[in-house]
Amino acid sequence: MTIGLPQYLVVSGVLLALGLFAIVTRKNAVAILMGVELVLNAGLLNLVAFSRFGGGLDGQVFALFGIVLAAAEAVVALAIVLQVFRARRSVDASKACELKE
Amino acid sequence: MDLTTNSMLLTWTVFTPAIGLTAILALLALRPLLRLSQQAVDEASRAIGLMASLAAAALGIALWADFDSGTSNLQFIHRFVWMKSWNIEFFIGVDGLSLSMVVLTGVVFLAGAIASLPWWGRLDDHHPHFSKKRVPAYWILFLLLEMGVLGTFASQDFFLFYVFWEVMLLPMYFLIGIWGAPTRKDPDGRTRGGPYAAIKFFLYTLAGSVLMLLALIAVYYASGPATLADGSQAQHTFNLVHLTRQAHDGIFVKAGAILGIPFVHIVFVAMFLGFAIKVPMFPFHTWLPDAHVDAPTPISVILAGILLKTGMYGMFRFNLQIFPTGVVWAAWAIGILGVINIVYGAFVCMAQKDLKKLIAYSSVSHMGFCLLGLAALTPQALTGSVYQMISHGIVSPMLFLLAGVVYDRAHTRDIEGFGGLAQKMPEYTALTGFAFMASLGLPGLAGFVGEVLVFLGAFAAQDGIFRVLVAISALSVIVTAGYYLWTMQRIFLGPFNHRWEHLHDMNWRERLTLYPLAVLTVIMGVWPLPVFDMIRETLNTLLASMPAGIAG
Amino acid sequence: MHEVAPVLQDFPLLFLIPLLPLLGAVWNAVMGARMQRRFGNAAVHVPAILFPAGSFVISLWSFITLAGAPHGTSMYNYLWAWLPIGNLQADVAFLMDRLSGVMALVVTFVGTLIHVYSTGYMKDEPAYWRFFAYLNLFMFAMLVLVLGDNFLLMFVGWEGVGLCSYLLISFWWREREKAVAGMKAFVVNRVGDLGFSLGVFLLFWGLMTTPASPPASNHGQVDAHGAAVAAHGEEAPALGTSVAFREVEQILQDPVKRTRIVDRNVLGIGLITLVCLLLFVGATGKSAQIPLYTWLPDAMAGPTPVSALIHAATMVTAGVYMVARLHFLFTLSPAAMTVVATVGALTALFAASIGLFQNDIKKVLAYSTVSQLGFMFVAVGVGAYWVGIFHLMTHAFFKACLFLGSGSVIMGCHHEQDMRKMGGLKKLMPITAATYFVSCAAIAGFPFFSGFFSKDEILWKAFNSGNILLPGGGLILWVIAAVAALGTSFYMFRSYYMTFSGEYRGAASHGHDVVAKADGAHGAHDDPHSTDAHAAHGAHADPHSDPHAADVSGHDAHGGHGHLPVESPWAMTSVLAVLGFLALAGGYVGLPLLWGLPNVFEAWLEPVFASTADRVTSAGFGHGVEWALMGFSIIVAFGGFFAARVLYKDGRSPIPARLIASESALVQGTHRVIFNKYYVDEAYGFVFVKGSLVLSRALALWDSRVIDGLVNLAGTIGRAFSFLQGAIDRLFVDGLVELVGNVIQAAGTRMRRVQTGRIQAYVQGMALGALALVALAYLLAW
Repeated sequence: MTIGLPQYLVVSGVLLALGLFAIVTRKNAVAILMGVELVLNAGLLNLVAFSRFGGGLDGQVFALFGIVLAAAEAVVALAIVLQVFRARRSVDASKACELKE
Repeated sequence: MDLTTNSMLLTWTVFTPAIGLTAILALLALRPLLRLSQQAVDEASRAIGLMASLAAAALGIALWADFDSGTSNLQFIHRFVWMKSWNIEFFIGVDGLSLSMVVLTGVVFLAGAIASLPWWGRLDDHHPHFSKKRVPAYWILFLLLEMGVLGTFASQDFFLFYVFWEVMLLPMYFLIGIWGAPTRKDPDGRTRGGPYAAIKFFLYTLAGSVLMLLALIAVYYASGPATLADGSQAQHTFNLVHLTRQAHDGIFVKAGAILGIPFVHIVFVAMFLGFAIKVPMFPFHTWLPDAHVDAPTPISVILAGILLKTGMYGMFRFNLQIFPTGVVWAAWAIGILGVINIVYGAFVCMAQKDLKKLIAYSSVSHMGFCLLGLAALTPQALTGSVYQMISHGIVSPMLFLLAGVVYDRAHTRDIEGFGGLAQKMPEYTALTGFAFMASLGLPGLAGFVGEVLVFLGAFAAQDGIFRVLVAISALSVIVTAGYYLWTMQRIFLGPFNHRWEHLHDMNWRERLTLYPLAVLTVIMGVWPLPVFDMIRETLNTLLASMPAGIAG
Repeated sequence: MHEVAPVLQDFPLLFLIPLLPLLGAVWNAVMGARMQRRFGNAAVHVPAILFPAGSFVISLWSFITLAGAPHGTSMYNYLWAWLPIGNLQADVAFLMDRLSGVMALVVTFVGTLIHVYSTGYMKDEPAYWRFFAYLNLFMFAMLVLVLGDNFLLMFVGWEGVGLCSYLLISFWWREREKAVAGMKAFVVNRVGDLGFSLGVFLLFWGLMTTPASPPASNHGQVDAHGAAVAAHGEEAPALGTSVAFREVEQILQDPVKRTRIVDRNVLGIGLITLVCLLLFVGATGKSAQIPLYTWLPDAMAGPTPVSALIHAATMVTAGVYMVARLHFLFTLSPAAMTVVATVGALTALFAASIGLFQNDIKKVLAYSTVSQLGFMFVAVGVGAYWVGIFHLMTHAFFKACLFLGSGSVIMGCHHEQDMRKMGGLKKLMPITAATYFVSCAAIAGFPFFSGFFSKDEILWKAFNSGNILLPGGGLILWVIAAVAALGTSFYMFRSYYMTFSGEYRGAASHGHDVVAKADGAHGAHDDPHSTDAHAAHGAHADPHSDPHAADVSGHDAHGGHGHLPVESPWAMTSVLAVLGFLALAGGYVGLPLLWGLPNVFEAWLEPVFASTADRVTSAGFGHGVEWALMGFSIIVAFGGFFAARVLYKDGRSPIPARLIASESALVQGTHRVIFNKYYVDEAYGFVFVKGSLVLSRALALWDSRVIDGLVNLAGTIGRAFSFLQGAIDRLFVDGLVELVGNVIQAAGTRMRRVQTGRIQAYVQGMALGALALVALAYLLAW
């Protein structure tokens, strides 16, 4: 079996689904953050895959750039989570809902 | 006639109040920056307002000094194209008639400005004086009003005239409405007071303006081609000099009828009514007593002294100058209305219990002389009419200032409620007696000259009806004497009413306004020649343009 | 006809004659109060006397210059053009011809004397300065009236004296009656002024519109609308358009022009007649003739020197002066002349009859003045202008003397004016009594007193007049005037005897006074002294004769009663003496020609009236008749004197009281009517004063209800209309707009529940949405 684009996309789709599942179901903000990372990496996988089979190196470059950004993003997000924890002694995302209405 | 710009003096005169106004606005804008106190701003606005009206008066006199009375041509012309698309020019200049009014404006506003200064006698906390209320705004409106009046008299372009005419309206509305008497119920339960009077004044005058606007448009479209200030040719014109010349060539007489009525007649009437409301002519006079009663003293002074004259001036400048045939056509009707003004006003005066209302109705009566003189179309009557405008412009401010003097102290103007005041206020009594005598036309004082010239001239008018009219209106001489002396009697003579023990005689601010006006009254009564010289040529030209057959 | 070419000789000081008193008035008006406070009365009255005295000196100077100049010369002083408009030319210019010269002398001389007198009479007056300022102002106005060279300038003085009269009558303004009297004087005068000014306008118009030569097409009368003829302009020049006396006179001297204007009719009467009648209305106002005389008796509310100066000697004679001044007009209209003479005669009689029963000494003199003015009008009405002026002059002397005498008496009696409370003053006030008696003799017409010459001449001229259009010519005038003269003699001596003879009935007998009043009220008339005229209606009803009106007034500086009257100070008595002397001797300038003696006065005025002398005709009675009439005059004078002496001397005769007490309805009724001045005041008050008040109230109501009502109605209608429009706007136009808003708002309210703030719910929604979109894409693709 040749590993072609569909296989990459399926893996990517699974990753996305798992990520979304984690985001939607977990209460812990850190876990949600991990879900976000999964979703992000699903996207990056798509970029790499399309680049590999579509031609040109643009997608690869974008993916690398995205990885770097993901690192930065994770830093910021963790900092926010830390601050939220400090403020409310909890990282339960479902409870941090003061911005409604 | 050379209509090119030859002097900026008149422009400076007209816009001097605007300079003062801008200065006050700048002061207000800079107030936070300079950290000025409320009182400092008030004082500064007063000073600026006073200086500006003083400067305008001085410039008016300077105009007179430079004026060449040997010609009826316009002088001090400043002219350029203002709105090219509608052939509207900025065109100001004065002839004798305009100049007399410009000078009068300066004098009356100066008196009004002095009378707007705060009263440094004892003030009653329960009756706050208007001069302490929103001072900068008051002065801004005051100066705007002065600019409007000066511009009205100086404009030689119909549209410009209309613009200035409307500029006069708005400040007056606020000055009466805000600084006038508070809203109250009169004995019959009707709502009266400053706001009511202001609205009445505004709407009434605006109604007149609408008529005038219609006439203005009609005249514009009926007018012929003319050369504008920039040398370009225009299809129609608002330029008064051109309009007059075209009228003389019969362009309006030949213009098509409107609704089956000859053009001249319908436009004449529209214009006349627009001005008549301002005069005010019976039966459009009822805004005047209300406006006077509820306006603060200086505003009454200005209203009676100069605003009423804008109506008469308009009649001279437009009805008489552009529509000579119309005047001849309507002369008898104007004469009759004038006589009704004179006699009716005098009789209504006699029944008044409010001093200011009495003076207001006496204004109605005295402005009737102007109408009668205008209608009679003889040199004496026309001169008398203009002279009456000027003398009334000096005497009626005195009367209103005097009414203000007693109101400031007693907080009432009820004639019946006084009695024997001569004991407490001898100087005031003497001045009031003087002003009353001037107003009732005592020979040797200003009022007489106008009255006698109107009577003499109207009596010599061609139309026999004027002799009847003079005979009827001369009755007012008796009635006028009756109501003034009766008023003297009730307020000043007889046993002293001890309720007024606390009143005190005149202070210096009041003297500063009243004595100069009194001196002017005497001078104008015994030596009217300078005024005659100023207006003679203008009136002669007006008369010469009348259709043939008017005695000269 | 004498062609008098007026020669004007420049006399540059003429303007000072009126100006000096004006300066005095201004000085005292501005500085008087301060000067009086700091330096006393003298600081006020010294300038106040010096200025008119200066006028007198200049008048005299001018007069002497005039006397030295040829006949027909006038002193002239042009100052500046006053009203030069079109063809009207009225200057501020003064003219002194022989007529105005006499007037100016009389005015300045008597005026100055009265100023001197006032220093005594008014010495306790707090507003001393004001009094003198007014008096000086009056002198100014009167001199302008006399010396003004044209109608309009004369009118300045004409109204000016009216003003001063008002100011001086109301001088004690704290008393309502006095203030009202002043007001009445001014308003009634204004009625006359109205006539005067209309007369001037009519004359001006007539001169301006009457063509100097008859138009070719229309020969005959120019009717009222004939102005059109003149309007044609050059081909028919008008007579002229002057308002200066001398120029009008000159125009009217041209026989052609004169005929033109005399032939002209207005409203069916001759133009000139109408002009003269209107001018005469002015004269009746100023000179208190029927029907406008009512103000003069009330004018006695003023201080007595004022009554002497203004209401006897000068201002009230202005009408006579005016008619004489305008002789060139009046002579042209026999009808107007007849009216003038008849009104004069009737006034003389009418006023004399009222004078018979007055008890207030000043009222007696007031009615006597009205009556004497009537005599003057008879004189000028029959064309005897110089006689009118002559009587004016002698009257100025003796009436001023009488008034000042009465003032002296009033002051002596502590401001008592009721003659019933006087009596016996001859012993107490000898100088006053003597001068009063001399003046009474003069006014009554005792031979060789000044009044005799002037009054007798009037009677003779009236009798001998050929101008009067009445049936019987001047005879009727003569009869009326002679009866009036009889009455005059009677009531003047009545006043003399009541005041000066017998015993003093004033303060010394205060209790008696009270009794008398009670008697009067009850109608019991056993006391002849006090109940003379206390008729059933009671004197108390009349505020002017209320004996205590003067006492309660604030100005009365004299304390209570209880002192016998004493003679007045020298400032007053010396003036009385001078005037008394003139009352005696002043007539010698006008001795009757009948006696073969030179009549200086007539000769002096002859040039003034020369231009019209030939049109004044006489009935042609001879010297015999004149002698007879003179004899009759003397009988009349003595008749009145003896009747008064018998009835009133020493208050002993019971006849007056008995007459008053008579039960006869006729006597009672007559007395009541005459005592109440024929109820003319009441009638005027009702018709004119009430009438105009009612009219003015009605008009004011009409103004505020109907005319202003219409304006407010327009406003109300406008508001109602806009309210309706507002309702439509609110319901329909706005409704639609609001509907949209409401829907959106409702939707928003519901939809905002979606926002929970839980991030996971959002992601859920996002994911589901994305899924739905993908599904949709597939569905649509297939």
